[in-house]
Parts: sequence; C-alpha cells; structure tokens
Amino acid sequence: MSARPATSYSLRRRLTLMLAAALLVGGVLVSLASASYGRRAADQAFDRLLNGAATQIIEAVIFADDHLAVDIPLSAFQLLSLAPRDRFFYAVLGPDGDLITGDVLPPPPEDAGTYYNTEVNGSAMRFARLDRTFSERGFQGRITVLVGQTTEARSALAAEIRQTALIGLGLAGAVLVALTVLATRAALHPLRLIEEALSARAPQDRHPLDLPVPHEVHRLVQALNQFMERVERILSTNRRMIADASHQLRTPIAGLRAQSELAADEPDPERLRRIVGRIHSRSVDLSRLTDQLLSRAMIIHRADAMPLLPIDLRRVAMEAAQDVSRDLPEAGDQIRLDLAGDPVMAEGDALSLREAIKNLIVNALRHGAPPVRIRAAAWGDEMSVSVADQGPGPQAGPPAPIAGQARSGGLGLHIVAAVLAAHGGRFYGERPESGGYRAIIALPAAHSAQEPAP
Amino acid sequence: MIRARSLLGTLLLGLGLAATPALSAPPGPDFSAMPDQVAQFGNPDAPRHLIIRAAADIAFFTPVIEAFLASRPDSSITWEDWTTNALHSRVQAECTVGIASADLVFSSAADLQVELVNAGCAQPYRSPQTSALPPARNWRDELFGITEEAAVMVFNRRTFPGGAIPQNRFELLDLMRASPELDGRIATYDIGASGVGNLFAFQDSLQASTFGSLLESFGRADVVATCCSVGIVEMIREGRFLVGYNILGSYAYAVARDDPDIEIVLPSDYTLVLHRAAFIPKAALESELAGAFIDFTLSADGRQVLEQEGLIVSSWPDLPGSPIKGEVPAGRLRPIELTPALRLGLDNMKHAAFTRSWNARIKTSPRITLP
Repeated sequence: MSARPATSYSLRRRLTLMLAAALLVGGVLVSLASASYGRRAADQAFDRLLNGAATQIIEAVIFADDHLAVDIPLSAFQLLSLAPRDRFFYAVLGPDGDLITGDVLPPPPEDAGTYYNTEVNGSAMRFARLDRTFSERGFQGRITVLVGQTTEARSALAAEIRQTALIGLGLAGAVLVALTVLATRAALHPLRLIEEALSARAPQDRHPLDLPVPHEVHRLVQALNQFMERVERILSTNRRMIADASHQLRTPIAGLRAQSELAADEPDPERLRRIVGRIHSRSVDLSRLTDQLLSRAMIIHRADAMPLLPIDLRRVAMEAAQDVSRDLPEAGDQIRLDLAGDPVMAEGDALSLREAIKNLIVNALRHGAPPVRIRAAAWGDEMSVSVADQGPGPQAGPPAPIAGQARSGGLGLHIVAAVLAAHGGRFYGERPESGGYRAIIALPAAHSAQEPAP
Repeated sequence: MIRARSLLGTLLLGLGLAATPALSAPPGPDFSAMPDQVAQFGNPDAPRHLIIRAAADIAFFTPVIEAFLASRPDSSITWEDWTTNALHSRVQAECTVGIASADLVFSSAADLQVELVNAGCAQPYRSPQTSALPPARNWRDELFGITEEAAVMVFNRRTFPGGAIPQNRFELLDLMRASPELDGRIATYDIGASGVGNLFAFQDSLQASTFGSLLESFGRADVVATCCSVGIVEMIREGRFLVGYNILGSYAYAVARDDPDIEIVLPSDYTLVLHRAAFIPKAALESELAGAFIDFTLSADGRQVLEQEGLIVSSWPDLPGSPIKGEVPAGRLRPIELTPALRLGLDNMKHAAFTRSWNARIKTSPRITLP
C-alpha cells in the first residue's frame, strides 16, 4: 500500500510549469507589444514638439522689403528644449531649397511625409517638415521648414513605457503564481480531508464517507463508498457462507459421528452392515454438500470480482439448460426452452449467471412439478430469465421477493441471490394465475447495444 | 606624446598663419584663429598634459589651475586664452574634420558652447560632481556650467557726476536722459567682437521691454561698444569711462577689490548670470584628465578657489565699501540656462537683424589695449 505508483507526478509542479510557460510566452508578447506601443507613443509625443516648433517657425516667415525674413520666436526653441537631452537642427528653405536661415541639412527624402527619420553627422534624427505657400505681390512660392531632433528623449520614453509594462507584467505574474499555489492547495484540500478521514478509521469501519467535499470530488467519494460497500458485501457474504457451511456441515458430520459410534458398539453383523450403509450414503450427501458450498463460494466470488460484459441472456439460459440436461439425463425431457427472437442483452458475468439459472432449474426439477419452462426475454427496462414449473413453489405464503437468507430454498437460492446482488439485479418469485410457480431473475439492460459476446 | 601633440598644434597654427586674410572666407574649415595668450602650468616633463582652450583670462583661473595641479604632480596644464569668437571658430573647424588639439573647451560665450555641443562636438562625461549639477548647468552630460558670473553695471564713485548711483536699468535710463555729461562716457561690449557681449545683449533683448528704450538712450548718449571686460573696467578706474554696462562681474570684482572707488551694481530689476561653460571635445586625447579638472572646479575645494576670485556671484566675498554684501537676493539673478534654446541668438537672420538694430545706434570703438 505504501509503494508509490510508478506514474507519480506533482499537480502543483505541473501547474507551475504550465503557468511559467504561459507567463514566458505572455511576457515575450507583451514586451514586443509594449516596445512597439512605447515607440509609437513616444514618437507621437515628441513629434508634437517638432511640429509645434516647425509651425512657430514657419509662421514667423514674412515677406517684407522684397525679401523673405524669419524672426524665429524664442518659444519655438524653448519647445524643442522640452526634450532636455536632445540636440536639434532646423532650416528654413526657400522655393529652390536654398537655405534662408538655420543649419545646413541633408534634403528631406522625396517620399517623406510630415515626419521622417534620417541621419545627420552619424546621429539618428527625426525630422518634421512643414510647407507654406506664399502668394504675395512680390513673391509666390513654397517655403519649407525642417525641424529635427536626436532621438534620446523619445527612446528614453519608449524604454520607460516598455519597462513599466514589463514591471506590471512581472507583478501580475507573481500574483498569478501565488494565486495558483493557493488555488492548488485549496483544490487539493478535500483530497487531504478524505485521506485524513480514511487514515483515521479503524480497519473494520466501512461506513460510507460523509465529508463536506466539492462536487468535483464528490464522485471520488461516491466511488470510494461504492467500493467499500462492495467490500462490505463480499465480507458479509463470506461471513454468511462460513456460517451456512458450518451450520450445514455440522448436522451431517454429527450424524456420521453418531452412526460411527453406534457402529463401534454394534455386535450384530447384519445391523452393523446397515449402519455402515447409512454412513456411506450420509458421506455421499456430505460430499455433495461440500461441492455445492465450494461451487457457491466460487460463483459468488466471480460475480463480485469479474468485469461485467454485455451478454445475451438467451445464450446463458440455453447453456444452463444444456448443462442441467447433461448432469441429469433423465430430466432432459422435462425442460422446455422459450427464447425471445431478439437478443436479450444485459451486462454480467456469463458463468455466474449460468450457475444461478442452473440452480433455479435444478430446484424446479427437484422440488416442483414438470414441465420446467425456461424463458429469456426483455421485460420493460429489464432483461429477465424466468424458470417456471407446475409445483406449489418453495413455500406457501405471499409471493414476495426471495430473501437471500431464505432457508427453504436450500443452498441454491443463496447462490442466486448473491449473484443477482453482485449484478445489481433482482431475484423474486411469483405464482402466475395459470398455476405453478415462477422464479425470475431480472437484470438492467446493457448500456450500449453491442453484439453478443461470442 | 607631448611632443606629438605640440607638433599637431604647431601644424594647425601654421595652417592658420598660412591662410591669406585678403581672400574671402575659404570654403573649408577655418583654422586661422589664434589664441591671445598661452600659459604653461606645472612640470612640463610631467607624463600627463592637459590642454585647456579657454575664453577666460588666465589671471582669474591661475589659482584654480594651481590648486588642481597641487595634488597632481604627474600632470601639467597648457592654458590658451582666446577671444570667444576666435575660440569658437577654431573649435568648430577642428570638430568638422574630427580632430581636437585641446582637451577642454571653456568659454564665457555659453551660446557658442551650446552651438558646438549641439553640433555633436562634445563627448559625455559623468561623475558625482556633474550629476549633482542642476539641469541649467549640465546639458546632456556634455556641457557644464562651471562659474556663476553676473552681468553688472560698474561705476567709479570718484568721477561720478553727483547724484545717486543707479541701481537698475530704469534709474540708468533716467540718469542718461538727465545727465549730458555722461555722453560718450558709457561703455559696453562690442557685440561683434565679443561673444559674451553678444550673449548678454541678446539676453537683454529677450528679458524685458526696457531693451528698446535702453538701446535708444545708449544711442543718444553715444555709448561706446568695445572689447573687453578687463579693458573697460580699467578705463572706468582711470576715469576715461564713467559707467560700464553689462560688464562681466568677475572682472569688475577683481578691480573693485583693489580700488574702493569702483562700485559694482547688480541691477535690481534683473541680473543676468552667466555660467562659463566647459566641454570635452569628442576627439580629446586627455579626456580623463579634462574630466578630473571639471570635477575639481565643481568640488568644494575648487569652488572655494573660484569664490575667492569672484567667479561665483551668489557667494561673493564682501567688498570693502561695496553695497554688495553677503547674500545676493536670489530673485534678482537670472541665470542663462545651458539649453539649446540659446541657439536662438545665433540664428543667421535673428543675429543679422539684432546686429543691424544694435549697429544702427551704437558706435563701435576699436579694441582697447591694456596699458
């Protein structure tokens, strides 16, 4: 019991690994997304500075005294200084690209929009470009303003955004891991309750577990309870069998002892021979009784231990009838088989059911009146086999279900009752109006319509 | 090492000398600019040699150089003193071709320094000292504001023609209108010759609407624009000029320390404060030593030496007889922050327009040489 199953694994470790993998993938995705978002947000923020400065400069361009003049306002440069670490360049270009004022800059790319990235003296820079068309009396043409900055502030902002996102993710991840550990512990708690409840039990205590468990674990408790119920049933059957056996064996053995004591004191050879004859016949009876007891123990054990398979009860009934005919050749004429046209499918152990039916047939032959009619048919939701004879039945009285312990039926009916209990079926007797007695076993129908086992 | 670098310097100087001044501006980089003075500090055979290219009078920085070298017997320093514009033109030329014949560029023309850093001529330097600087004195970890020097008004009490000494620009305006004896005896920087003069004048034009009327009054009063601070203060002390406007406070302070008649006024409407700014050129050979020099000037020891020289206006030592005592009211000081916004005054059109309106009113006198 203490050996660990070979496929042992830790739920918690598994969950942690899966979570770590999810977090890793999530982290990579979030960092990619936040890097791209951070870059976009930073560009948007600092592009506004460039645009604002360019707008102020281009608005300061005037045409006066026959030439273009620019009186750049201080605020334009102060705006650019809001990116505190960035160097900036600017240029006001005339219609032919000639420099009116500002820095000597590479011309903007042909396909450039309002913003473009370029390199000036080996430094990565981002530029804003604005155009303004003049239609003065002395001057018609387009003025272009270029304002560009190094990218330190926007890179720093982008990095900050990315970092903030990653810190958030890291915190969320830590919380998730902690929650998972707690959740696993909470989820496994009912199992520990069950474990504690079972460990604390006395070995003979097989009462159903009654624990407040979530319904996910409830089925486990149910299964455990069913298992214990089955163990309890087997044990009680065994107990009963031992009690039966000792009871049933004690009388013939006591008789044998009495006869043999009688024989020891008997001087008359003739009477002695008679006594020995009685001893012999009692021994034969005893041997048959022992066979019956062992067979019954085997059958009941099978019924509890074997897996229940789909079987056709017609076939089981037929085999039982054949077995009885073989064992009791003189009874063959008295047995009638009445089988349904369709398969009568139930779940069960064919061997133990066959024994149960054989017992019913033998009982009918031995205690009832011929003919013995065996019927296998579907009966409502149940699949049934009935054994009917023309006799009065086991005992006058109400046609009630036959209890396992009913003494009148002898050993045979105990076997039938035990087998049916193990199959979850019913066993009862009835007296039809047409007379006679009918013993019926009924099993639940098979769950799936399968081909009968070969 | 030293020999090779001196050779490079000589070669460059030679190039400059070879350029023919008669020709119009050559299309390539212009290496013609030359330092006014060169001074050598420390053991010339020391294994490490720092070349500082500065627009800063050697006399003012000698104490800090000597304090720096005191703890570094393995180092020596060459200090070149340039005018701001010449220095700018030379460093720009070197930057264009990717060389650096100096390890540290140090100039009072903060806007020109910003321009060079903006062009990518500097390399970053980070240390606890530079990181502790406020953003206004540290741009990109490349340009550092070393000093705090005010643009002041300077008067000579002895020669001043009666009445109260003006404490701000409004009082100066009133005085100029009321006192014809000041005509031709007010001096300020020539913005064409002095980068720092140009910076102060342009910042004035941004600071207040008084600038227009100030310029107008300057024109009426025949203000003399000349170069440079030391010369102007010296002439005030001698009585040639009565008023100096927008004079670098550190130079005025040095004269006032020896002459109780010199009065320095931090204008109460606003006082511009200049951070003389330093950067390490990208191609500098002794960048580590240059960084150490920057750190020293920013350290407590270095700052104390700078304070003694009057290079930190917020903690000027008391002057005998001077109204400037102890703490300067903080709200009065308007530091010129080291940001790329300083490029505005250097915009071709802006500068041309500004110079035009200046020249329309102020007459420029040739450079005054020290006696």
